[in-house]
Order: sequence, then C-alpha cells, then structure tokens
Amino acid sequence: MKHGEKNILFGLYDDEEDLKKAVVQANQDHLDIMDVLTPFPVHGLDPLLGLAESRLHIAGFVFGLTGTLTAFLGMTWIFTRDWPNIFGGKPYWPILSFVPISFELTVLFASIGMVVTFYIVNGQGPGIKNPVIHPRITDDKFCIAFNTDHLGDAQVSKLRNFFQQTGASLVETKTI
Amino acid sequence: MGAAPTSPIREPLVQGHKTYHQITEDLCSPTERAPGKAWTLAFIVALMAATWGIVSIIITIWVGIGTWRLNRTIGWGWDITNFVWWIGIGHAGTLISAILLLFRQKWRTGVNRAAEAMTIFAVICAALFPAIHVGRIWVVFFFFPYPNTRGPVWPNFNSPLLWDVFAISTYFTVSLLFWYTGLVPDFATVRDRAKGFRKKMYTFLSFGWTGSAKHWQRHESLSLVLAGLATPLVLSVHTIVSFDFATSVIPGWHTTIFPPYFVAGAIFSGFAMVQTLMVITRKVLNLQNYITIGHIESMNKVILVTGTIVGVAYLTELFIAWYSGYVYEQFAFFNRALGPYWWSYFGMMTCNVLSPQLFWSKKIRRNVTMTFFMSIFVNIGMWFERFVIIATTLARDYLPSSWSFYVPSIVEIGIYVGTIGIFFVFYLVFVRVAPVVAIAEIKHILKSSGDQYVITNGQTTLHQIEQGGTALQVAGHGDSHGNAHH
Repeated sequence: MKHGEKNILFGLYDDEEDLKKAVVQANQDHLDIMDVLTPFPVHGLDPLLGLAESRLHIAGFVFGLTGTLTAFLGMTWIFTRDWPNIFGGKPYWPILSFVPISFELTVLFASIGMVVTFYIVNGQGPGIKNPVIHPRITDDKFCIAFNTDHLGDAQVSKLRNFFQQTGASLVETKTI
Repeated sequence: MGAAPTSPIREPLVQGHKTYHQITEDLCSPTERAPGKAWTLAFIVALMAATWGIVSIIITIWVGIGTWRLNRTIGWGWDITNFVWWIGIGHAGTLISAILLLFRQKWRTGVNRAAEAMTIFAVICAALFPAIHVGRIWVVFFFFPYPNTRGPVWPNFNSPLLWDVFAISTYFTVSLLFWYTGLVPDFATVRDRAKGFRKKMYTFLSFGWTGSAKHWQRHESLSLVLAGLATPLVLSVHTIVSFDFATSVIPGWHTTIFPPYFVAGAIFSGFAMVQTLMVITRKVLNLQNYITIGHIESMNKVILVTGTIVGVAYLTELFIAWYSGYVYEQFAFFNRALGPYWWSYFGMMTCNVLSPQLFWSKKIRRNVTMTFFMSIFVNIGMWFERFVIIATTLARDYLPSSWSFYVPSIVEIGIYVGTIGIFFVFYLVFVRVAPVVAIAEIKHILKSSGDQYVITNGQTTLHQIEQGGTALQVAGHGDSHGNAHH
C-alpha cells in the first residue's frame, strides 16, 4: 500500500430507494460512512448524510460583486481621471452607459469564479485522476463506502453484515 | 421504493420502459460505435462548406473588405445580417438549459445538451463576423480596454458596439462553462465503459469525476446559480445586439420596441434550429425514446408563441410609423414592404408570421416531417428579418442621390455558407464525442417521467399494451419495477 492510499469496503445497491434505506440504517447503527457515490443526484440523500448546504452560491456572490466593482470603478477611473473625453456632449461620468458592461462583468466574474471554486473544492480538474471504486457507479449502481484502515476484523464483519441486511447486490474490498 | 409518482396530464418523457443501465447503453453507444454512412457524408459536405468559408475569410483579410459589395450607403450587409442571425440561433440553448431549469420544466433534459452545444457553435460563427467586418483584423485587440502605450487610448464605453464585445464574450464563456460542467458526469460514465485510448481521453475530459454525494450537491447548486445568471444574461445579449441599431439615428432602427422584439425573435429562430437538429439527430442516433414527440410538441409551442410575438412586433412597427406622423419613419417602412427589397419583407412575413400559425393545430405540432420543414422556414424567415432591417433600411438614404442597391459578392456568400459548414463540423464532431442527451439528468427524471411510472389521461401507451396490462396494472408494475429489473 502506497502512501496516501486507503483500504475501503464498499457495497453497491441497485436502486436509490434501497440506498437511502441503507443510509438510514447505517445512521442507526452509528456506522461511519466514508462516502456515498451515485450515478445522478439523489434528492433526499443530503440530510440523511448530514451534508450541510453548499456555500458555493456565497462564493458566486462575492465573485459577482468583484466583477461589478471592477467594471464600474474601472470605467469611472478611465472616463473621469485617466482620459476624460466628451462623447456627443454627454457628461464625463455617464452612469447609465456603464450598466450593460457592469452587468456583463458581474455575470462573467461570478460564473468563472464559481466554476473554478467548484473544481478546486471537489479536487477535480483537467488531468486529475481520482480512483474509480467501481465502473458501474457512473452507470446504474449506488455505492456506500467505508474506510477500513483502522478497523479490526470484528468491525469489518459488522459492516459486511450491514451490507447483507440492507440488500447490497455486491460487497467488495479495495485499496484506493 | 415508494409509491410511483403518476401524472394525469403530462405525457412520459422517457419511453420504452427504460432502466438506468439501458439509458447508459442507449446514450453512450453513439460515441462508441463507428460512424455510419450518413454521418460521414454529412461531415464531408460540412467540411467542404467550411473550407469554402475559410478560403473566403482569408481572401477578405488578404485583399480587404473591398471583396465585399458594401458601398458608401450600405455599410452593413450580409456580415451583420449573419452575425445577428447566428447570435439569435444561439439563444435557444441558453433558454432551454437555464430558463427552463429555473421553471423546473423536465422536458428540457431531452434536448438541453444538444441545444447548449448548438449555442456555443452558433456563438463562434457569430463572433467571426464582427471580427472580420472591421477590415483590419490584426488590430482587433483595440476592442479590449487594457493599459496601452497609445495614450493610453481607451474604447468608448458609451458605445453599444463595445457593449456587444463584452456581451458576446461573456455569453460565450458562460455558455461554455455551463455546458461543460453538465458534461463532466456524463464523460465519467463514458470513461468507465471505455478502453485503451478512449479511456485516456475520457479520463482527461471527465476531470476526475467520481459521483460523490457532496459533489452532486455542489453540482446542483452550481447549475442552479449558473442558470440564474445565464437567464438575465441571455436576455441582455440580444438586447445589446438590438442596441447596435436602436441607439442609432437611422429611421427604422431608432425604435424602443427593438430589445423585446429581438429577444423574442432570437428565441424563435433558436428553437427552429434546435428542431432542425433534433429531428435529424433523434432519427440518426435512434433516440426517439428520449427526444419524444412530446418534446417536439413543446418546442413547437414555444415557436408558435415567439413567432406570434414577432408578428405583433412587425405590425406594431408599421402602426407606430403611421401613427407617429413622421415622414422619414413612414418612408422607411413603406420602403421595407414595397421598395426594391419587397421580396425579402414578403419572405420574412410569410415564414415568420404566417407559417408558424399552423402550429395551432395539435396534429401539425406533433408531425415530425411538418416540424422539420417549418423549422427550415423559420430559419430562412429570421435571416430575412435581419436582412430587411439592415440592408433594406440602409439602401434608401436621406438623399435620393445616395440611394443604392446591394447584392453580395461570391466572397460574402462563401463566408455565410462557410459558417454553416463550420457549425455542422463542430456539431457532427460533438455527437461523436459526447453523449447528445444528458445521461445523468435523464436518469434523474426517470422515476417521475418514465413511461412505466406515469399514467397519462388514463390511456395506455403502445408499450404498455405490449406488456399486456391496463394502465392501472402497469402503474402497479411500476411500483415494483425499480427492484425487479435487475
């Protein structure tokens, strides 16, 4: 086992409803789930896993505001300080004219910022390879994985029992 | 699983009694098998058209704008007509992916992926025209405000032409990010089925996606916020395009109705292009169970509504021209309808206003052949609309001594045909590389919209009859189906 690798025990379920029941059962049994992986977003799973709401939209707001200020203050500086210019007798500081570009940069900054943040916090990006626990997880199987690095045999067999009771169609160990 | 959700009104969006695995098989297989004859032929034709276009662009840049037949009176011809046409086509993708996401319209899942791809390719074609029509493309970077050694000289932030630069580049970037973020989980699905070189390629493209619950949660949050941002963005883009005309002082252009009228027209032509692509794609890739007649009918309804809005806008323009009592404005519209380019006005009215009215008939809305021809009609009509607004209006200047006439040169025709070629080259590569229908999103709606889970108006579908059940029994079967099919 190389540095940074871990041993896991995972089970695959055939249906998202089976998965949700299994997660409820795991909570009752106080089992420490490492991760749940699904082929598509399963609604109702987040509260069962105790996942807090994503804060990505807050990042989006901050990036967006940066865009608005960059555009508005930038144009203000250029038209009033750096190179004041009269266009068709209009004022040096035509606030209304700044609305379209300020809006566009708000959207641009918010979108790029959020997408980049999304991939960074997910640990994903171009050229990044994350271990694939089972090829059917992106197809039609719903996976619960446990980290078994610091578990004794008794605890591992308890996990295997859990998978059997909750109707997992496949249970395997893997080093990822 | 719990009680299957049934809908008394909505027809199923996924047909053919699909399981999750079957969806993966159906939607991945076009990327996994060798291309057919139809694809190869279409690709060769598109490549030839694209080559003609690229040669024409090189001639334009090498020799100069003089290779176009623009003149002192008519400064915008096919170039800006094509620009607005392509940008308009792009709008349907964002409407389907963003606005319909906010409105929770599940039928978007069948067509959003292809429509977003269409948006991106259309915006690439559109952006080409402003870049080459400036004449000296090597100084096109003057568009961008950056500290420079020429003064510094800044662009004019009061100009709608500069707003356009920002709007189009933002629109392209956001559409690309939105589309690719949706593609990542589906690339992971293809990756986990692939071998050899394809495995390496999709491993790179899928960015290391695993399907973790937390990642899905963030993915949904990101999609929702991007949709919320893209919705006002898409409306702003065509509004700003319309400002290119509306903020000028040319009679026939200087009207406040332009922004809403351009946005409606853009959605109208965009949906027509989606129909053109989808009708062919679903047939060639055998996706009739995912892009159903119901999907086509929904889009035809959008075409009917937006086409009617556009029609009302045309008539409003005429009315206001008359009602204003302003002779220049009156002449501009008289000239459009009855001047030297009367045929383009006639083509616009027929294709955009009259022909979509056929879609009041449910039979025609659900007829695939009719839909295809209507979509072509609308595409032609919307091209004429831009030509009418631009060339017809410019052809008659204030002084009769400045009046002129414009026919495109072979170079201009080449560039237009070339962009269609470039568009289809991109689209054809896209259908080979990426799943055309969003796999994860279809799986997500399967249990609420799959035909084995939904009863529509108490009717049994053909498939259900084959299964030998009545609607009620089929619904009961649907309850246990999720567990039984493995």
